[in-house]
Amino acid sequence: MGIEPGRLQFSWVSSAEAGKFVEVAREVAGEVEALGPVKRFVKGRAEVV
Amino acid sequence: MQGYTDKIREIAGKLLEEGKVDVFIGYKEGSVPMVNEPVIIRESKKADLLFWDVNCSLNLCNYITKRTDNIGIVASGCNSRSIVTHIVENQIKRGQLYIVGIPCTGMIDHRAVQTAVGDKEILEFEELEGDKFKVKGEGFEKTLQNSEFLRSNCAVCTHRNPVIYDEMVAEPVEEQSDVEAYKDVEEIEAMDPDKRWEFFSSIISSCIRCYACRNACPLCYCPVCFVDESRPQWVGKSIDPTDTMTFHLLRAYHCAGRCTDCGACERVCPVGIPVRQFTKKLNKDMESLFSWEAGLSLDQRPPLDVYRPDDYNDFIR
Repeated sequence: MGIEPGRLQFSWVSSAEAGKFVEVAREVAGEVEALGPVKRFVKGRAEVV
Repeated sequence: MQGYTDKIREIAGKLLEEGKVDVFIGYKEGSVPMVNEPVIIRESKKADLLFWDVNCSLNLCNYITKRTDNIGIVASGCNSRSIVTHIVENQIKRGQLYIVGIPCTGMIDHRAVQTAVGDKEILEFEELEGDKFKVKGEGFEKTLQNSEFLRSNCAVCTHRNPVIYDEMVAEPVEEQSDVEAYKDVEEIEAMDPDKRWEFFSSIISSCIRCYACRNACPLCYCPVCFVDESRPQWVGKSIDPTDTMTFHLLRAYHCAGRCTDCGACERVCPVGIPVRQFTKKLNKDMESLFSWEAGLSLDQRPPLDVYRPDDYNDFIR
């Protein structure tokens, strides 16, 4: 589809793996933050003419 | 596929007469050329309405969802696979169906024909011997070869014969074997993400969000579709490119592992979007990752509702 690489990630975390969930969430958040503001799938405000 | 019409009428008439089915679902000639309409027949004397030629592009499986009566239905290869998917997904019972199998040699792309006659209005269409057809209009008449005007999904079809049937209208036809089914998908896969985004954005840029693709699809039978829900509203209802892209993406994903590439979505699109480009990649992945083609067997569960120890992903094992 062409969604920016790195912005979409999949992981498998069981409900019993709280530690892993925190780890994955931190990791993904950090990586996405480093990519900067999102460019695709952004809905601009309606233009008033 | 000449001669099918008479045979279908004969079978349908008999089934209704004998009370083996309550309704018979087939096609009838449309009010304009090259557009055959689905028709539901209840009386044997109306069986003569039934019709078959190379313009039966809609998927009749759409009309059997959750029916409680006994149904006779005509089914080509792709339609029969959609019926199998319906049975597997508990939308209908096999025992309710009398499937009249159609060995299919492919449907015609009405847009390509329109272009071939210089966008003049076609007033008459006739199927001829030897896989040819004739189109007529004001001041023109052209005889064309079926094989050159096949719909893109029919051109790469490898399941022309029905996979499930109670009676066939003719001998099975030869299956195509030397087709490159996913050449276009491979080309898209080879693009870098920016190019790919540009490609998909451009093909849906003319979308008017009429949902014809969804309505024509036999897989889209949810009582309330996600696009129609307002609490919560999953997707905006505007034609903002983001909303449109969200719709197309989700529509395609809902078809993963279920799509039989019947092409009804593309056939009904009023603005000519190649809608199949979204579902085809999923079909390709299903084939390569799970060796799965939808609707081939009543005994196998679809990959997305089973767990298999030989799953290709490490994390799940």
